[in-house]
Amino acid sequence: MTKSELIEILSRKRSDILYKDVEQAVKTLLEQMSESLSSGERIEIRGFGSFSLHFRPPRVGRNPKTGDAVTLAGKHVPHFKPGKELRERVNECYSEGGSRLL
Amino acid sequence: MALTKADMAERLFEELGINKREAKELVEIFFEEIRSALERGRQVKLSGFGNFDLRDKNQRPGRNPKTGEEIPITARRVVTFRPGQKLKARVDDFEGEPQ
Repeated sequence: MTKSELIEILSRKRSDILYKDVEQAVKTLLEQMSESLSSGERIEIRGFGSFSLHFRPPRVGRNPKTGDAVTLAGKHVPHFKPGKELRERVNECYSEGGSRLL
Repeated sequence: MALTKADMAERLFEELGINKREAKELVEIFFEEIRSALERGRQVKLSGFGNFDLRDKNQRPGRNPKTGEEIPITARRVVTFRPGQKLKARVDDFEGEPQ
């Protein structure tokens, strides 16, 4: 499912809300979540999961072309931990139906 | 303070001019549709943000950390998140102590 498919589905489910508002809502939600993580703020959605930042310490890497050693600075990367409901629903469907990945 | 569904509904209300009830419900079904797609075995790709992927794990040996007793960890399907380039670049710039 892509972002535009998600917008289509939500808009069909909530035909009382203007399509452009649903579209803007999805974009705003993702923008707000990105802003939050970019400023070091966690995201906590009960039943879905939480997003936080993990720190990757500085390391010495190599320029793949020349083989020269380069020092790479430490950085933060986004991390997602699925919540209980999401974990259980994804796994139950899988164990019960043996459904394959689409 | 962490970002919550209440904060998200508040922002939709302020920016979109929809009412508070609609804003709250949109936030709710946004996360519900993502869960539902993953439940049906579908990957979710949100460009600019990231992808929610599914991975099938085989059974593997495990241990009860308290008793030391061996119990197998059953085969399962798990959700993983792969941040997109744009989100990674934005987060990379953060310098400070995250929450």
